Amino acid sequence: MAALWRRRRRLLGAAGLCRTARALSGKPEYDLLVIGGGSGGLACAKEAAQFGRKVAVLDYVEPSPQGTKWGLGGTCVNVGCIPKKLMHQAALLGSALKDAQHYGWNIAHPVHHNWSEMAQAVQNYVKSLNWGHRIQLQDKKVKYFNVKGSFSDPHTIRGLTKGGKETILTAEKIVIATGGRPKYPIHVAGALEYGITSDDLFWLKESPGKTLVVGASYISLECAGFLTGIGLDTTVMMRSIPLRGFDQQMASLVTEYMESYGTKFLKKCIPTKVEKLESNRLQVTWKNTDSGTEETDSFDTVMWAVGRAPDTKALNLETVGVKTNSETGKIIVDASEATSVPHIYAVGDITEGRPELTPTAIAAGKLLAQRLFGQSSELMDYDNVPTTVFTPLEYGCVGLSEEKAVQCYGSDNIEVYHAYYKPLEFTVAERDATQCYMKMVCLREREQRILGLHFIGPNAGEVIQGFALGIKCGATYPQLMKTIGIHPTCAEEITKLHITKRSGLDATVTGC
Amino acid sequence: AMLLFSRVNEAAKYEKKVMVLDFVTPTPLGNSWGLGGTCVNVGCIPKKLMHQAALLGQALQDSRKFGWQFPEEVKHNWMTMTESVQNYIGSLNWGYRVALREKKVTYENAYGEFVQPHTVKATNKRGVEKLYTAERFLIATGERPRYLGIPGDKEYCISSDDLFSLPYCPGKTLVVGASYVALECAGFLAGLGLDVTVMVRSILLRGFDQDMANKIGEYMEEHGIKFIREFVPIKVEQIEEGTPGRLKVTAKSTKGNEVIEGEYNTVLLAIGRDACTRKIGLDKVGVKINEKTGKIPVNDMEQTNVPYIYAIGDILQDRLELTPVAIQAGRLLVQRLYGGATTKCDYVNVPTTVFTPLEYGACGYSEENAIQKFGEENIEVYHSHFWPLEWTVPSRDNNKCYAKIICNIRDNERVIGFHVLGPNAGEVTQGFAAAIKCGLTKEQLDSTIGIHPVCAEVCIRSHLPIPASVAFWDKLLETQTSEFY
Repeated sequence: MAALWRRRRRLLGAAGLCRTARALSGKPEYDLLVIGGGSGGLACAKEAAQFGRKVAVLDYVEPSPQGTKWGLGGTCVNVGCIPKKLMHQAALLGSALKDAQHYGWNIAHPVHHNWSEMAQAVQNYVKSLNWGHRIQLQDKKVKYFNVKGSFSDPHTIRGLTKGGKETILTAEKIVIATGGRPKYPIHVAGALEYGITSDDLFWLKESPGKTLVVGASYISLECAGFLTGIGLDTTVMMRSIPLRGFDQQMASLVTEYMESYGTKFLKKCIPTKVEKLESNRLQVTWKNTDSGTEETDSFDTVMWAVGRAPDTKALNLETVGVKTNSETGKIIVDASEATSVPHIYAVGDITEGRPELTPTAIAAGKLLAQRLFGQSSELMDYDNVPTTVFTPLEYGCVGLSEEKAVQCYGSDNIEVYHAYYKPLEFTVAERDATQCYMKMVCLREREQRILGLHFIGPNAGEVIQGFALGIKCGATYPQLMKTIGIHPTCAEEITKLHITKRSGLDATVTGC
Repeated sequence: AMLLFSRVNEAAKYEKKVMVLDFVTPTPLGNSWGLGGTCVNVGCIPKKLMHQAALLGQALQDSRKFGWQFPEEVKHNWMTMTESVQNYIGSLNWGYRVALREKKVTYENAYGEFVQPHTVKATNKRGVEKLYTAERFLIATGERPRYLGIPGDKEYCISSDDLFSLPYCPGKTLVVGASYVALECAGFLAGLGLDVTVMVRSILLRGFDQDMANKIGEYMEEHGIKFIREFVPIKVEQIEEGTPGRLKVTAKSTKGNEVIEGEYNTVLLAIGRDACTRKIGLDKVGVKINEKTGKIPVNDMEQTNVPYIYAIGDILQDRLELTPVAIQAGRLLVQRLYGGATTKCDYVNVPTTVFTPLEYGACGYSEENAIQKFGEENIEVYHSHFWPLEWTVPSRDNNKCYAKIICNIRDNERVIGFHVLGPNAGEVTQGFAAAIKCGLTKEQLDSTIGIHPVCAEVCIRSHLPIPASVAFWDKLLETQTSEFY
């Protein structure tokens, strides 16, 4: 311990005197220090403060290669869920404008979209959230430092401001919640210099124009989806399958809809280089792995959505012995969110084996704080976490995919009920409902417990949420069938599912 | 009725010889429609489509804030909408006739009435009569809108039976009534840009949670719909003929002698519906009805007091007037009669949605009913306002959307009531109804992860919404016992 104190004394300036005093006294300055002011970190910090603890949050955004940066709140608020859903909404409103004509509204087509106006509105809202978070931390008496934190020793964090000024903080317990950042395909020439990622897209002041989105993740499809919806020439380049890890039948329906909606797809293609043209456009060359040929085209914007990597490099984890997964780089935690070092914890996207979702990070962060300071022993339940992909035709799901269920239980032991349906609102609007589909995967034995529920259609998130609750309660197929539907909605079709895949019968719902 | 369709399909499935009689007595103004019943022709379907038209009007306004550019104010054309809606309904009428044919169900467009045991007389619109006998009968004649019984009501007023096929824009409209029919219609008419007034005798949405009902009314008022409370019309006169014409309405206060007058293009009566049971010869076969309401009491197998006569749908006493309930009851009835099944229709915790401008989804007990049944001290109410993300950018109301969950403390904090006021309330509520059917408790609710960002997640505790007005949100999920008004 003596060695540590001496080291701290060398580094501290005048401003750090009181901290030195406390450090010398042996007691860490804070009960809890959270590195990362995103969904998980903020939830944990605020909850801990409720128990009257001395809490600090460090948040710092390393600018993207293109120079984009943002305020407090993390990925979800700044470059994730929030701006994504708002821009998705802008695209949906574009469809609404087309529908409106059928419903009697005299609006001349085509209607044009102004990116700058939308971007500004979205960015202003995000900034209000940054502000709101700062106020909340203040209200809850959580100390906030806009510094980049790294470990000096197991209880000491060195924080660096943007200007290079240093702060030393000590804490009894530390939670790492630094999340992830988009990956660049660095083996592709020009990728770093000329391409952007989701970190940049939502903060663009000018329209991205003709865009190539590389990737098959939900980020890729959601972004390509709304870009198409606001009228931009958009292409998705995929190496292999869409939405890896999701139910593949549903994934296909999602991309099929996008194709009919106007998004172009380059399937089984991998980019080889990106060059800048005199016109400032980008020339992309790629290899079509099916035909073996090389193809090329020019775009205004190239966006990489090829995965995200945990933000652990700068943390200096090796110094303190926090173990990470050698392949993913993510921090290994146990069921209580504890790392390999007893008083150091981790929540959110940075943790290995956990869903990369805001609500799970928040829940995990809160429960962690309750266990650390509130005498609770409740662990986070990561089972049956519902989620929604906000593509032009949304996909909501909870539980197992069909292939996973077959893998776990065998196809003879599961029953899949399914239906193609048409939302009432699509009728007058003369919209194509070919991909509007739902399926329920159940155990076949007597009780018929529901293993997974999948829904493609408008407002998929709203539809799935309540059913996720039901599945948490161990819902069975008979129980769902006893539930009366609300008419007319899309969700009611779930309570009417009765055609099985096994029967081979036509699963198209007729009637209203 | 649509329920007829599913039920007869069910019966036909068991290779029974089935006949359906359907006939629509024209409205006082001469309106009629095809096969399918209220829901398809003059209820749920056209209602939701016109509600959607109104929502799209709002979407148009929002879209400007999201960067969509289009010039002047956009006007709505009633005829374009109504034609589209009627075309769709026509396709449904046709679809039902084809389906009945395919299932070999005999269909007659004739007015059926009992003449003696096991025998009905069917009279078609040309007056031709035929007699039919059957082993069993199912009465599913539904209801029709009630009239006020005042001078000018049948001559000059319309009802929901007329509204959805009105061949001209209704213009400045007075909606009389406080039912969901009244509020839903007033809501979409206003959303289409019309000048709308609602005349209410006493409370809104009788039978629904009154806290929620008042919030619905408030929202409508704040969004341009006028309310005249505690008045009833006593006379309707025509000032000028036309499509629409001009009508003068005289109304009297329920609280005193004050009399007011108003001028409107259209008066829409939505004061209730009456069962079509008085003129179908039920006395000839001894089926008892409630003399006051006209409704038919049945046992839990939908059987009337006459063993071979059953009844389904809106005409049932003490049952909910909802399409899905009727369909479910009908389907299960036939499965019991011909399929050897024993399952009865479960009428408990039936979810419903009111498609007012701010939609209201509900399942289970209203707060006042919960207090009455379980006692104030035994229930816990969790509630929260929320601001849908999609409303932030266009700066729409940030404190109108609302959700509340009522729990029974004595029974493991079981969720016994669910109420949500916000966009897509029906989609949100459906899943919660399923969960409530599975015996959902507050603890299970708390341990379920929310989907982000959607409105429905506000009902799940694990997510903390982060809107701009931060201080307001510290009251998220504030515990509140009983006292509300």
